[in-house]
Amino acid sequence: MTYVKNRLRRTMMFVPGNNPAMIKDAGIYGADSIMLDLEDAVSITEKDAARMLVYNAIKTVDFGGAEIVVRINGQDTPFYDEDVKTMVKAGVDVIRLPKTESAAMIQKLVKDMEKAEEEYGVKKDSIGVMAAIESAKGVLNAPEIATSTPLMMGLAVSGEDYTADMHTHRYPDGRELEFARNMVLQAARAADVYAFDTVFSNMNDTDGFYRETKYIYELGYDGKSLVNPRQIPMVNKVFNPSKDEIENAKAVENAIREAKAKGSGVISMNGKMVDKPVVAKATCVLETAKASNLIDEEGNYIGE
Amino acid sequence: MEIKTTGVAGTLESSDIQIMISKGTDGIQIDLDSEVAKAYGDQIKKVITDTLKKYGLDNVKVKATDKGALDCVIEARTLAAAQRATETSDKPELGVL
Repeated sequence: MTYVKNRLRRTMMFVPGNNPAMIKDAGIYGADSIMLDLEDAVSITEKDAARMLVYNAIKTVDFGGAEIVVRINGQDTPFYDEDVKTMVKAGVDVIRLPKTESAAMIQKLVKDMEKAEEEYGVKKDSIGVMAAIESAKGVLNAPEIATSTPLMMGLAVSGEDYTADMHTHRYPDGRELEFARNMVLQAARAADVYAFDTVFSNMNDTDGFYRETKYIYELGYDGKSLVNPRQIPMVNKVFNPSKDEIENAKAVENAIREAKAKGSGVISMNGKMVDKPVVAKATCVLETAKASNLIDEEGNYIGE
Repeated sequence: MEIKTTGVAGTLESSDIQIMISKGTDGIQIDLDSEVAKAYGDQIKKVITDTLKKYGLDNVKVKATDKGALDCVIEARTLAAAQRATETSDKPELGVL
């Protein structure tokens, strides 16, 4: 496994790091990324055992092509050093640092990873990092965190810890997260890294989940963190381009091709001007559609 | 590597295995309880034995209660139990992995 900077990351599914049954099945649900958790999902007395289990799982379990992320324990815990070393040795794709509040924290992580890479003969820079933003300080420092290292894969908002830090709770309308969501997304876009929204933990509120997922999709998020595999098809449904969007994107591409053939500088489609951002969006739609198996190599629609 | 205490790792949940390790005198002796012992007992014991030897342990009493664990889980739980029994959990020997 090697870290790839750009890939489809609509869904990042959390899997408790000390649960063999969940780990062995994690690959069958079609999540784009699987996040094996050594932090909050593992009790303090089982950190060592979970670390061994996750190590072996990365080495042997078939996760069906999903990207493997491990959330290690924070730098203020006694488990951090061993977590970094073991996960580097395991050759995970991405290491996720919880409670990130500054660029220095990420730079320390990268330095510790480099040391472990050297020690265990792991190729340098073959593992990416991502930052979980979970506090007011983290949100305010999101821009420097996002640009702290070329290995940065993305930023994730963590709603529970953040709202606790802000002396509030999570509410169904998500207004308490508005600033954090926008700030983190803005920082991620400016640094050209990915942005992930927080988990939605009430599994019985399907409408609420769709509402929130649509909202963060419209804001421009790349993906959402999930706690239950049932949410994967729901997120994909929101993130995948519709048939109309795909047809429209193809029309844009055709219009560009036609205009180029004619040597025309200005492109128009159905009487509307097609400028650079329209083209970029169309390319993005087609790439997502291709990655999601909604169109074939020739661009024909094959989704149902 | 010296066994200093009894080390237990793993749970009794499905797909897991619970391994208890204590000091032995006569090689590696494994008492295995598994519903699939008939088909996989030898393989489970082999994974446990190989893992303990890799960790430098030759005289060990093992009590293993298997709930259908994969080899990678058996190895991980044996390692964790061995680290706890040798009191090396804080700074485990990663070279054996």
